[in-house]
Formats: sequence, C-alpha cells, structure tokens
Amino acid sequence: MTQSVVVQVGQCGNQVGCRFWDLALREHAHVNKRGLYDEALSSFFRNVDPRKSDGGACCVGGRIQHLKARAVLIDMEEGVVHGILQGPLREVFDSTQLLTDVSGSGNNWAVGNLMYGSAYRDSIVNKLRKAAEHCDCLQCFFLIHSMGGGTGSGLGTRVLSLLEEEFPDVCRIVTAMYPSAEDDVITSPYNSVLAMRELTEHADCVLPVENQSLVDIVNKISLMSHDAKPGCVLKKESTVTSGQGGVSPTERPFDAMNNIVANLLLNITSSSRFDGSLNMDLNEIANNLVPFPRLHYLVPSLTPLYTLADVNIPTRRLDQMFSDAFSKEHQLIRADPKHSLYLACALMVRGNVQVSDLRRNIERLRPSLPFVSWNQEGWKTGLCSVPPVGHAHSLLALANNTCVKPTFMELRDRFTKLYKKKAHLHHYLHVDGMEQSAFSEALSSLSALIEEYHHLDATKARLIPDAPRLSIAR
Amino acid sequence: MSVVTVQLGQCGNQVGQELFDVMCSDARDVHRKTYSAVSCERFFRQTTQGALEARAVLIDMEPKVINHSMSKAAKSGRWRYGETSHFSQKQGSGNNWANGYCVLGPRHRDAVEELVRREVEHCDMLAGFIPIMSVAGGTGSGVGTFITQCLRDVYPSSFVLNHLTWPYGTGEVIVQNYNSVLTLAHLYQLSDAILVHENDIVHKICSQLLKIKQISFSDINRVIAHQLGGVLQPTLTPASCGAYSRHPIGELMSALACHPEYKLLSVCTIPQMASSSIAFSTFSWPALLKHLRQMLISNSKMEGGIDWQVCPPPASAGRSRSLSAGSFNTSLANLLILRGKDVYSAETGGFEDPAIYTSWLPPDEALSLWKSPVPFNKYEKSATLVSNSQALLRPLDDMVRKAWNMFASRAYIHQYVKFGISEEDFLDSFTSLEQVISSYSELQ
Repeated sequence: MTQSVVVQVGQCGNQVGCRFWDLALREHAHVNKRGLYDEALSSFFRNVDPRKSDGGACCVGGRIQHLKARAVLIDMEEGVVHGILQGPLREVFDSTQLLTDVSGSGNNWAVGNLMYGSAYRDSIVNKLRKAAEHCDCLQCFFLIHSMGGGTGSGLGTRVLSLLEEEFPDVCRIVTAMYPSAEDDVITSPYNSVLAMRELTEHADCVLPVENQSLVDIVNKISLMSHDAKPGCVLKKESTVTSGQGGVSPTERPFDAMNNIVANLLLNITSSSRFDGSLNMDLNEIANNLVPFPRLHYLVPSLTPLYTLADVNIPTRRLDQMFSDAFSKEHQLIRADPKHSLYLACALMVRGNVQVSDLRRNIERLRPSLPFVSWNQEGWKTGLCSVPPVGHAHSLLALANNTCVKPTFMELRDRFTKLYKKKAHLHHYLHVDGMEQSAFSEALSSLSALIEEYHHLDATKARLIPDAPRLSIAR
Repeated sequence: MSVVTVQLGQCGNQVGQELFDVMCSDARDVHRKTYSAVSCERFFRQTTQGALEARAVLIDMEPKVINHSMSKAAKSGRWRYGETSHFSQKQGSGNNWANGYCVLGPRHRDAVEELVRREVEHCDMLAGFIPIMSVAGGTGSGVGTFITQCLRDVYPSSFVLNHLTWPYGTGEVIVQNYNSVLTLAHLYQLSDAILVHENDIVHKICSQLLKIKQISFSDINRVIAHQLGGVLQPTLTPASCGAYSRHPIGELMSALACHPEYKLLSVCTIPQMASSSIAFSTFSWPALLKHLRQMLISNSKMEGGIDWQVCPPPASAGRSRSLSAGSFNTSLANLLILRGKDVYSAETGGFEDPAIYTSWLPPDEALSLWKSPVPFNKYEKSATLVSNSQALLRPLDDMVRKAWNMFASRAYIHQYVKFGISEEDFLDSFTSLEQVISSYSELQ
C-alpha cells in the first residue's frame, strides 16, 4: 500500500486540511473496529509509540498507539496553525511538521513565492524530506491552498515547484480554491493568474474548487434540511453535511464548505486505501485523465450531498446519484460540463454498487454528454466497497472538460482590468526578484491554455471522421 | 502432466481464483477416480498434509487483490494457494502498459522467474503455461506481456496459452485501447495461442441467460471460469488412446493454432442457465449441438437471440468477404468438447460441414473432437466450442479503430513516452494488428 503526504499552505489550505484530518480520523474509526494500525490507516497516518527512544515508529499490524498525520503545515502567520495546535487535533501533528512566520504575505503572491520562498526554501525541503522518509512507498503529494491570497497562492506554488525538483517521480495533485467574482481581496486576480502559471507547469493534476459553488451547495443542503417534505428526514451523521461525531465539537462558518473539499480528498484516495472489485489507484488518475500535459484541470463533483432517510427504491436513488454527478449544481466550480466538451471522465464509486449498476448508468447518461471525437467511450471507473460514513454509496466524478474555459476567461478578464491600469503593481515589483515580465508571462500562459481548450471546443459540433487506417500490402 | 498458471494483475488474480475454485469442485465432487486424479494432478499439487495447493504464481504490482484472492481460496477449505507463490509490490502500474512492460517487468524479472521456476520444479511433467490477464490495465497487460516473453526465453520448448479478458467497449479505463493494442501486437509474436473472453459478452450471458439482477465482477469471473474449466478439465482425445489426455495444451495447439497468423481463439459454452433452472431442464445432444453450430456460424456467443437466418453461402457463389457484408462467421479450425451422459452417441456431423470452414483445410482436419463421460459443473450434458474463426474480428477492429483515432490526435502519448516506448513502437503495433485483421477478414 502506498502513502500520501498532505501539504497545506496558507489560511485556506490549513483550514481545509484541518477538516480533512478530522474526517479522515472519523472515517477510519468507523471502518477500523479493532484498533489495529492497518495498511489503510498507514496511507495517511504514522503510528508512533512515544515511549520508544528511537522516534518510535511502529509498523503495520500492531495496535494503534499514537497516530500522527503525514502532513506538512505551512503558514506565514501564526493564527490558524496555532489554532489547530490548541484544538482537539493537536495530538495528530508534531512541531517538526510545521512552518510558520509572523507577519503573513499581505495578499501578495510575490511575497509568498519569492521572499518567503527563498527564505524558507531549505527549511521547507527538509520538512518535506522528513515526511517522505517516514513513508515506505510514497505515491502522491496532495497540496491544498487558495489561489487568491498571498501565502497559499505564492508560497504554495513555490512548494509545488520544490516538490517537482526534489521528488520528480511522486505524483502532485493540487486542490486549488479559486476566488469568486465578489472576492474581498482586491489583488486576488493577480495572485490567481500568477499561481495558475505555476500550476500549469508543475502540477500533475489540479482540482479547481470555487468558493461560490461551495456556498451554493451548502445553502442547498440547509434548504433541504429546513424545507424537508413530511416523511423525509435528513440523516445528520453523514460526513458531507456535518463534522459532528468528529473531533472538533463546534462548527465554524467556513466549516461546512471546507467539509465538502475534505470529502473530495477522502473519496479520491478511497480506492487506494480500501478493497474493491475494480481498484483505482492515484497514479491511474493522471494517466487516464490527462491526455495532454497542460490540460490537467479536473472538475470534481460529489454526490450525494445529503442522505434522505426515507423509503425510496434503492435503485432509483442510485441512478439519481449518477445523474446528479453531471448536473451543474453538483460541480465544485461554476460550470456546466454537460454543455461543454468532455475530454475524459472518471467515476469513483464507493459502497455497495456493482458493475452492472455502473454500466447501466453510463449507457443511460452517455448520449447526453458530448465527448471529444477521439475519446468517445472515454470512461475510467473505480469500485470501492467501503462507503463513506453515513452513506450507503457515493460517487465522485472527475471531469477533464472544457467547461473550465469560461472560469479561466473570467479570471483573465479580472486580471486584465487591474493590469491595464497598473493598479497595485508596485506592491509586487517592490519584492526582490519580481519583474513585470512575470505578469506578462503568466498572462500569456493563461491565454495559451484557454486557446488549447478553445481548439478542442471548436471540434465539438463538427462531425470528425475516423482517421484513415494503415493499409497493409497483401 | 501439469499446467502452471500465472495470474497477472487484478483481473488475472480474480479470474484465476474462480477458475481454480471451479476445477477443484469439479474434481472433488465427481465420483470418477481417474478423472479426479488427472484433474488434481494437472492443476494442483498435494502437500504433505494432503491439502490441495494450486499450481499457480500470483503477480500484481499492489497487494490488495492478491491478499483477497488468497484468503478467499483458503476460506473455501478445499484448496489454497501456496504460501510463498505470490509476488506483489506496493504501488500499481497506473494503467500504463509502458510502465508495466518497460519498467516494472524488467525490475522484478528475477523474483518472478524464481517463483515460476519453483512451481515448475514441483511438476513431474510440464504441459505448458497459462498466463491469465486483462488487456485494459497496466499490470496484466504490460507486466503480463513482459512475463510471457520471459517464459518464452526460459522455457523455449513449453507451450504458452495466454488467456485474455477484453474490457467493456464503453470503457473501464480510458487508455484501454492503447494498452490492448500494445499487448496483442506483442503477444502475437510470443504466444502459441490467445484465448479471449470479452466482458460485454459475458455480461450479457449473466443478465440474459443466468438472469442475475445485479451483476458483479464475481459473477462475470465465475462464468469465465466455468467456460475455461470446460476447456481445460480432462478429456479423452483421439490421440490419447482411451485414457485421459496428458497433453491438453499441446493438443489444443495442434487442433487450433495451425498457422502463425491466426492465433485468436474464442470460447462458447452450451447450456448456460441459472443454477436453479438446471434441475428442471432436459438436454439432448441433437438440440445442444444444433444450437451450438448456429451460434458458431452466426457469431453469437450465447444461446439467446441466435440469428437463425445466417447460413453458409452456397459453395458455387464467389465468396468475397468484407467486414461489413454478411454476418457469416468462417472458421479456420474448431475444437468441440463434449462432457456428460451419452457423449459417445452424440452426432457431430454438423460441425464437419465444409461450408463453415475456410477452403484450405479439409473439414476432418479442421474439426477436433474431445469427449469426457463425466458431467461438468452440475450440467448433465454440456458442450464447449473453442474456435479459431472470425468471431473476434469485429471487436478487434473496433479496438484498433478507437486506438488509432486517439493516436491520430496524440492524446495520452506523453504518458507512455515517459516510460520508454516511442511513437514508432505504437506504429509497429498498429501495423501488426492491421495485418491480423486483414488475414482474418480474408478467410474464405
């Protein structure tokens, strides 16, 4: 079994990361009834016996002593990380995994990436190496950060390029939180576009998530729970709707939104942690969903978002789950994949779902989904037998779809509006090593990416004939 | 004579476990001592405590499936896998043929060859190897192809019969067509014959004949195991002179693999029905064989929805065959295996009709007939047909067409190139398979 290391950078990254660890512990507690440190647990946690003098690492098979998260927490101000260390998760992290500073990045990508990036380079690399050394077989780094701020976006993308340098063979999956149009950080378009360039160059896969979509989903859930029809009761214990039953007792404002992203990470790794009839490992995700190196933005959608404890015919509910995965309300960015072009799609199913259910739904939904001409049957499927807590089954869909193009175009527009006026530019140019060319290069990288999606979109309506086959001389 | 099975990847290990299960129950439940003894000797070895251990080597690049298969076998109580007969790593092949073939295969070659050698040493006489794998993923296809090559190098005079599972047409893995094309092109050079099961067809058997509502991969694997068992369990062959044949794989090869350009074998079995219905059905050889013959020539793999309109074209008409015209399936050679009551009185003339065969083999050489008076797997009478015919032509062509379309846009190629194969290698594989398609299309 392989291990993964989570690197959480900045305020957003650390808050989401915190929810993730909380939910991961809960999920494993639910499944692992005998208190043994098994392979599944070891993918995200180390087992440490603090009484031993050599650092105390315990191997798989023994009883759980002390679980330590395989994580590196980075933030350039102390509030969030210290909050985590005061909270109930303090046992799960030790001080060697943390990197903090005092003054923050001032919502400035250049400060995060260049100033702190060079100042803390060695320290970061050491901590990453340490985390990697604890792993038997490191498969993947999960990087979590926001795009709009300074630390997450600047230092986070610096960490990304360090990961590529130091661990070129290890997969890098980035969960990036994109700012919505009404973001309160004025320089977020600059930060996002500068970070995008790094993501396009150095990440293996990016899972873009938009705050506005999370807000809409959370509102929908609370509407359902208030408005429930008579006879319809929402099950409260599911991991998506609430962190209840987890380690932290009270729910803070962004918690519900962060829960959803945390679930995304849990579900992506479920098939490599637990048994199933059709396993899907993390390295298979990049291999199947990234047809061209730069087009690695995968739109996630999670269903079901809430569980109704009423008497519904199980099959219909299962089929509904599949339909929902493609509806625009369940996507984690503001996009409508059904009306754009699919390059590839992965369906990761958890719970008691068999291959016939999967096939039936794929056949049912396929006609309404436009796929690119050279990948007409391009589905990657995975079946994991362990469902998430509180649900009988769940589905995570990852779509490499041109519907990210409008999101990126909007981002580019917001960037250009500021850049044309050279607004706030001096804050960036003051930083050592930051040149104006960085801005123009980032802009052209983004434009080139949009062009590539545009080319593919253009093929959508056209009927592309089969490529002429090789002819054999007889 | 013993057969060593090499189970590769998730599919190979899951199918293999079901196969040994079927063969063990068949050998054990049947009250014919010679049959049981031959079957056990062929696929199992006896430990000093009298337990049956499968003559199998289990290989996968990640441990979960092997652990599952081994514990499932041990739970059955009747047989198990050898404690040390498996090899796994921590991280899979990522659905990448090039990763399996160029990196992981060579890296673990010594360990795997050692396991195979140990298993071969337990055999008094080696009948041959059966690697079991899928073509869609990375380990079964890539590592499987590499291991087949190793078997060829180390045991040049042994037979190698590859069993392949072809994935659902509508995708289990997005790059499945690339992996399939690369595997088939290489195996064509390495393997003596390639026996194929298609997930789509087996799925239909489960839903329409076996009436299973929620079909799982275990159901699919059990059907494959039943069909394979029908081929591999002991039989009396023309060459074996009244005793159970001791060269099952060799005789299968000489029956069917008569030309190096024609190596694709398909299987169909009759009857196949829900086990609850078997007790209420009566079978007669004429009916079974009539259906089976029509299944062969109309290229239908199951006895539901057979197209009875298809018949061999009259001998006088010029036979120009193209892929789209006509649904008549021409055979190169057929192996008919009959098991159960009254086998000796079964009339198999329908399969000797020269019209169903290509013109360059006389029908009495094209048809081979094996019999066993022992009923197989609860069916009082059953027939298995292994066929070297145009049956796989259409699925093969579809697979190559989809892979070629993807290749034309160079999608995913960077994922393969980074592990060590080039666009040239892809082109070579495509060329080989177009050759195979052309050969089969022109059978007349």
